[in-house]
Amino acid sequence: MNPTVNLTQSERALHNGELGAAKACAMRIVVRSAELLGARRLIDVVSSHIDGCLYHGDSGVFFLEHLVTLGGEVAIPSTLNIGAVDTQNPGIIRADIRAQTMARRLMTAHTALGCEPTWTCAPYQTGHRPALGEQIAWGESNAVVFANSVLGARTNRYGDLLDICMAIVGKAPYYGLHTDTARRATIRVDCSELSASLTSIAAFYPVLGAWLGRSLGEDVAVIDGLPESIPEDSLKALGAGAAATGSVGLFHIAGVTPEAPDVATACQNRVPDESILVTPAMIRATRDMLDTAASDDFDCVALGSPHFSKVECGEFEKILNGRRAQKPVYICTSRAVFDALKESGRADALQSQGVIFVVDTCVIATPILPGDGGVMMTSSAKFAHYGKGNTGYDTIFATLSECVESAVSGKVQRQAALWQ
Amino acid sequence: MAVIESTVLIDGDAAGPALVLDSPISFWGGVDPRTGSITQALHPQNGVVIGGAILVVPAFIGSSSSSAVMLELLHAGLAPAGIITGARDAILCLGILVADEMNWPTIPVVECEISVFKTGQHTAIHKDGRVVLE
Repeated sequence: MNPTVNLTQSERALHNGELGAAKACAMRIVVRSAELLGARRLIDVVSSHIDGCLYHGDSGVFFLEHLVTLGGEVAIPSTLNIGAVDTQNPGIIRADIRAQTMARRLMTAHTALGCEPTWTCAPYQTGHRPALGEQIAWGESNAVVFANSVLGARTNRYGDLLDICMAIVGKAPYYGLHTDTARRATIRVDCSELSASLTSIAAFYPVLGAWLGRSLGEDVAVIDGLPESIPEDSLKALGAGAAATGSVGLFHIAGVTPEAPDVATACQNRVPDESILVTPAMIRATRDMLDTAASDDFDCVALGSPHFSKVECGEFEKILNGRRAQKPVYICTSRAVFDALKESGRADALQSQGVIFVVDTCVIATPILPGDGGVMMTSSAKFAHYGKGNTGYDTIFATLSECVESAVSGKVQRQAALWQ
Repeated sequence: MAVIESTVLIDGDAAGPALVLDSPISFWGGVDPRTGSITQALHPQNGVVIGGAILVVPAFIGSSSSSAVMLELLHAGLAPAGIITGARDAILCLGILVADEMNWPTIPVVECEISVFKTGQHTAIHKDGRVVLE
């Protein structure tokens, strides 16, 4: 079928099995995928972030173990996304024993192939930060959009099965966001009508992201009219919201992100196909869509999608200020962040104040929340988007401060004036 | 009998009754890998089992984990007999490429204009890309 992918001499050697059976197997899958994707050649990639370590069923475990048996080994630094096991607190997982055993086998197979046991959806906040212009092969939609947009590295939205194959050969199909042309912003999103007070609150950014995802699908936008200093965690939340509700793989913010010193540069000096003016009413309507709960009762607070950073943990501690939460607060984070909190004694203090840490995994990807349903308050647009479908929990989207005050008082506390 | 030419994405021979989906589908979150039935909320064919049919799909949407669901269906013997799609999708095909590496059964996938297909009609996909309607 279709245009054949042009392989270099060394790529042909990989394909022919001259460098081992595992590389040949991985290369066959990468090349056939490249054909289906319409790529004419492959490119070398310098790092991989692998999403396929979350257990979906036995077949994926058998494939990974097959690669191990063939002598497979990743060719480039490869970080791992969350697994379905909380290694510091295994009892928190409610899946049956067989599923947990298979989930652990899947994780073990990935580390046996040489992947780093990072177990986080925010590898970019635990020291794995590709540089501007570097070609990478990353999975996990929020990590992809962060690497592309905030760091200026280049990857498509890769996923299960292909991710590990690309890591084993260190190559990716050359198409889409790897190329200059696909990174051009085709839509200008004008936020200049929004008040400085609205764009200064952290919770504005995941909502803007959710609006972006719903409105744009996979188009590349340049957002104009935002403050020039936006905290990294807000950019992370924006990307996660956009990647969950749509298929956004890259956005630009004029004056903020590295490929957008200004609108014209982000548009590669062409006129955008469309310009959209964002109004406060559009932001409020999007925020309201993130609330699915019909009443003001809630059962827990869930934070950390993407995984909470050190900075976010610090902000949470500051707001909680030594008080005890009446409702459980689940904080999902990486082992890198948790271990640092543990070492300084802060993790124990927070646990005694009602925090339940979920480490290496997350409450929407793994059965952790009690019962068959309930209501969660969250500051994450991604949790709000997937919460009902994945956990049966309805969601109340709120600022971090609203989440903490609600957990402490046991009643939903909101500040409607924030969104004007 | 009518013969339609298609573009082969994954080659193979398959035949069975056509099951024409009225909306795009995401295999991840939209097809139950333990039963092969459609679970996508609001999908017109929600509850229908896709196993054994020649599945005719306007397009595939959604998560990149759909490849894992395709692989799971093939491994469990719950996959469609073949797929005819109106818009190509590398993610779904990836699940079949991996099944091939594992020496598990695979299914053909072809791309063509899908308006001529009717649910229940016997439909055969041939290795060379010809699709035959009886």
